[in-house]
Parts: sequence; structure tokens; C-alpha cells
Amino acid sequence: MSYNFKEIMSRPERLAPGHRMCAGCGGTIAARNVLRALHEGDHAVIGNATGCMEVSTFMYPYTAWKDSYIHNAFENAGATISGVEGAYNALKRKGKLKEDETYKFITFGGDGGTYDIGFQSLSGAVERNHDFVYVCYDNGAYMNTGIQRSSATPMYADTTTTPVGSVSSGKPQNRKDLTNILVEHDIPYAAQTTFVQNFKDLHIKAEKAIYTKGAAFLNIMAPCPRGWRYHTPDIMDICNLAVETCYWPLFEVVEGEYYLSYEPKKKLPIEDFLRPQGRFKHLFKKGNEHLLEEFQKEVDRRWESLLKKCK
Amino acid sequence: MATDISKLTLTARWQDLTTGMMIHAGGTSEEFNTGEWTSVKPHVKEEDCRQCLLCAQACPDSAIPVNKNERVKVDLKHCKGCGICAKVCPFDAIEMEGL
Repeated sequence: MSYNFKEIMSRPERLAPGHRMCAGCGGTIAARNVLRALHEGDHAVIGNATGCMEVSTFMYPYTAWKDSYIHNAFENAGATISGVEGAYNALKRKGKLKEDETYKFITFGGDGGTYDIGFQSLSGAVERNHDFVYVCYDNGAYMNTGIQRSSATPMYADTTTTPVGSVSSGKPQNRKDLTNILVEHDIPYAAQTTFVQNFKDLHIKAEKAIYTKGAAFLNIMAPCPRGWRYHTPDIMDICNLAVETCYWPLFEVVEGEYYLSYEPKKKLPIEDFLRPQGRFKHLFKKGNEHLLEEFQKEVDRRWESLLKKCK
Repeated sequence: MATDISKLTLTARWQDLTTGMMIHAGGTSEEFNTGEWTSVKPHVKEEDCRQCLLCAQACPDSAIPVNKNERVKVDLKHCKGCGICAKVCPFDAIEMEGL
């Protein structure tokens, strides 16, 4: 697939300004750039799990979406978009829709609505192989309700339900590897990406996901300045460090075959990714070196296991 | 027919609300001025800008519009002043300024 940056940037904006997401939010950067991968003239139906994005982009009567949009409940974003896609196919079959119009079905969900609460409906929807894309913008906690831990929260992160103190050093468990769980559903396309390489990787994967027939899953790391507590303008540096330290590897899985999208020339130590974030501040206190070691060990283990799959 | 949202203000009566809270229009959030949230705004030094469009792509608020391969004026009515554009600009052509 070709990538003409200026042409892509000149496409009409599909997420209007005036939504109420925080200044510097990673979620809307992800949504805008995924929607930009839609070909001109094609329409979209956007589904949405409950989360920051839902409460901020559709505040009655203000909608930020230029395309059709539906929100139902927290746990059923996958089921809702399956129903929409099923209804669309039925209407098309009966000749009640225009023949020459193309509709694409895209659902956005945060990590809470995807990894935890909406997981059963997502699992069901991809198993039935509806023709849709599920985009998870993973910011690693329930940011909308005040930074509670989710199963996407990395180990040792400080959240309001795993607060750091004299007894606790943050979330004790490792994060769930959802992309691989979705791959195990044998779906035609699954990929993991974030904001690097001027969004080329994200754009190409979004285009593939949208135009692949059948269910596709896209997991996008979208930093949250409030929850991660980094300096807001530094979002691109954070994403770059996540990839260079192999905390968030870029890969795609097409018909069960793993492809690594990017391998860092020199893998950076995980400290580089953790240090700018306030939620990991306690790891750099004296006496906590063993926690950093643990963290690094887990990153290495997952990276090695991914490399094996990509061969 | 597109929904007229001008009457759907905070003082709207329940009889004025649309059935099922549906809005038959796209992008109505443009009517809402999020630009007043911030005390800093980006100032583009036009002479340094090379139209690389990286700022437009990274803006979380779609506040840097692009028209036919060129960045047009920053939409200060909606910019929340996060400063990402100033950081990603490779030519240091954007400065954050206090209002």
C-alpha cells in the first residue's frame, strides 16, 4: 500500500474540534489518524465503548464525529457494532441501500472497555468474524473515572486503586497481553502500533485493518498525560521510548503469521521509558532497584517470545 | 433533515429534546468553544514554517486544519494549548505564548 503523506493529510477531517478530551490527549490523536486511513468517499459507522472518548466526543447535542456514531453501554461495544454490521448487510441484501456506497464499521474502546469490561462481547464479535475493526486506544488505566488500575496497567504503576506507599509499590501484577489473545481467535488481521515514525506505521496498519474482510483488531498505545503524569508536550518522545525499549513492540499478524514491523537497532533499558512518567517515580528511589530489574526481565521475556513468533 | 441544535441548550425543556437523543448531523461539537480552556496559545512563525504538516497530524484537537497540502491558520477557537505542536515542529516554528 502506498503512503502519500501530503495527500493523506489533505483528506477531510473526520473528528471535529470542540470535543472535551483533555489538552494533549493521546486517544483523540489515535482516533483522528485511524479515521484518516478511510478512503475518500467511503462512509464509516463508529461504535464506541464507554470511556473518556465516549463521554467527551458525544455530549448531547454536540457530536465530534462526522460519520454515523453509536454508543450503547460499556460492556457491549463489540456486540453493538456486530448488530449494526448485520443490519447493514440485511438491508443491502434487500436492496434498501444505495449500491455504490461503501460503509466501514469501526469501534473505539479504551483499555477498560476492551481488556476488561467489554472483553466478552469483543471476543464473541471477532469469533463470529463480522467485517469490522476494533480499535483499542490503550492508556493503561480507567482514566475517565480517575485512574483506577485495569488489566492493561503495567506492573508497578501508581494508580488510585493501587496507590504507592510504605507497603505497596504499585500494581503487583503484569499487564494482560491482549493483542496476542485476539490473535488466538484466528482473526484475519491484528496489529499493535503507537505514534511513531510520523504515524506511517499507524496509518498503514489502520488502512489494512479497515479494508481487510472480516474482523480486525488494532491495539494503539495512547499516552494519557493525566494518568501517566508526564510533561504533556512530550507525548511523541514517550511513544518513541516505548518502542525503542521494546515495552510496546510494533507488529502485525496477518492470517496467523507474525510480522515484526520494527526492531530497534539498540534496545534501550526500560528505565528510559519509565523515568519521565510520574506514575513510576517510586521505582527510582533508593532500595527499589530490584523492582526495575523485575520490570526489565518481564519486558525482555515478552520481547524474546515475540521474536520467536516472528521467525 | 439535519437536527437544529441551537435550541438544545442547558435551558431546553424536555419537550425540545430529540427522540432517543439522536442528532442527525455530524461535527456539531464545532459550535462548542474549547479554546477558552487555556491560557497559552501556539504562535506560528510563518517565515520558519516549511509546511511539513507534522503539527497538524499530532494535534489532539484537530485544531490545525490542512487544505490542499498546506497548513492553514491555527483554529484558536478550539485549541486547548497542550503544546504538542510546538514540541513536534522540527523547525522550531511554533512557540507557545501566554494570552
